[in-house]
Amino acid sequence: MIRFDRASKRYPNGREALSSASFEIRTGEMVFLTGRSGAGKSTVLKLIALLERPSRGLVMVNGCNTAALASRRIPAFRRELGVVFQDHRLLPERSLFDNVALPLHAAHAPLKDIDKRVRAALDQVGLLDRAKSLPLELSVGEQQRVGIARAVVVKPRLLIADEPTGNLDPALSLEVMNLFRRFNDVGVTVVIATHDVEIVKASGLREIVIADGKVHDPSAEGLDLPRVEAQR
Amino acid sequence: MKGWMLRHVQSALFAAGRLARAPMATAFTLLVIAIALTLPSTLGLAIQSLSGITGELSGAVDVTVYFKQDVPLEKARQLATSLKQRSGIARVDLIPADEALKEFRVQSGFGAALDVLEGNPLPHALDVRPKADAADPERMESLRRYLTAWPEVELVQVDSEWVQRLNAILDLLRRLVLGTAVLLGVGVLAVVGNTIRLEIYNRRAEIEVTKLVGGSNAFVRRPFLYTGLFYGMLGALLASGLVWLALYLLDAPVARLASTYGSSFRLLLPGLRELGMLLGTGAVLGIVGAWLAAARHLARIEPRS
Repeated sequence: MIRFDRASKRYPNGREALSSASFEIRTGEMVFLTGRSGAGKSTVLKLIALLERPSRGLVMVNGCNTAALASRRIPAFRRELGVVFQDHRLLPERSLFDNVALPLHAAHAPLKDIDKRVRAALDQVGLLDRAKSLPLELSVGEQQRVGIARAVVVKPRLLIADEPTGNLDPALSLEVMNLFRRFNDVGVTVVIATHDVEIVKASGLREIVIADGKVHDPSAEGLDLPRVEAQR
Repeated sequence: MKGWMLRHVQSALFAAGRLARAPMATAFTLLVIAIALTLPSTLGLAIQSLSGITGELSGAVDVTVYFKQDVPLEKARQLATSLKQRSGIARVDLIPADEALKEFRVQSGFGAALDVLEGNPLPHALDVRPKADAADPERMESLRRYLTAWPEVELVQVDSEWVQRLNAILDLLRRLVLGTAVLLGVGVLAVVGNTIRLEIYNRRAEIEVTKLVGGSNAFVRRPFLYTGLFYGMLGALLASGLVWLALYLLDAPVARLASTYGSSFRLLLPGLRELGMLLGTGAVLGIVGAWLAAARHLARIEPRS
């Protein structure tokens, strides 16, 4: 699903946020990206969501070489994946329903499907009865769940989340993580960037550690290494 | 196809809702657009009204043809008859030298002086009246040249200078109005473009999120184009009201002024065709202004996380 092959990202200001990172995430996996703030987690997510393109190396997402994708095809590419943000990025003037419906409108989904699918997505995060509320009328945890509903409403095969529990207390964090696991159970590949070590430990799931722009993949032993690594 | 229509209706409603939610700002923008459209439209219509009277007056253009002294009356009559066959000629009156002298004697007050002269110093003459629709300057000139070429003709006098002058003035005014219209049209583009630009920056967060979830540039742009369209059309609608009001208020004074010249000249009120053109112009300017702003500024907003 995702393959980084010696991928580097140098920003225009000269800072190299990621240097020669290689790892692979297979379809159906649920993986944590961990590391201190500024270590390069966000850069990895940006490269996956095609908010940035790699300066060097290869980033393959969903069978697509992100460095080579034409700009006009980026919207279609993004519609294939769901993204959850730490600050959830909901539109404050619009109801939960309209917020969740936005990706479907952007994808030109048939209008008669939109109602059904938005309700289904809100139902999955347990907020169907609040469909008409505005985001600010909700608690932080609920807002985060709306963000997740918006990410999954397009039924993506890949779900990525940047610090989805960053602003939540442990109980809410666990709730949100369970939500991600439920999507993973039905076959969605999930990549979560977090610095919440406890949650990662408790989950027993694969962890890719990023420190100073370098990737350490403790769980990689025994797995299929990225091909380049294997050749050495 | 139906879905496509529905989506456009949705974008349009969304844009309309945005305008309605900020009534004061919207009203001021519309007023600026309306004024910019009103000025050239009103002047244009006034000039169109004036062109109407020059048409009416060109019936008054006279061409006088003086024959050479030695041309006999019979020959003059013949030529008059043949001139009548020419296209664009409404009437040809023959003025024999005798009658011309009699008239001159009566009107000039030089009766006694004329008695001293031996014989009649005046030639036979033709009073030629072109048809109203054939009285434009070029055709008058070609008629003059045609008549001058006759060997029997001494002099051709075209009494149309002042009509030509009026036409020239109207031509000049028309160009001025056209120039003003172009300038103010560019002004409308700038006003709409700038309003849309501000709107785009106010809604930056929304645009970023929309792009993040896979909204294409066309999708993000669409509501802004509708906003521009509405600005243009509503501005034009307001402008038609203002044009009508201006002409209505001017009508009575203009009629009074005209009556002192013995004319029944009235200003034309805008018809359906003029209103349609105004609305169409407004719509096109609005949408183009929005497009320019969107093309420039939307591409710059790329999501960051």
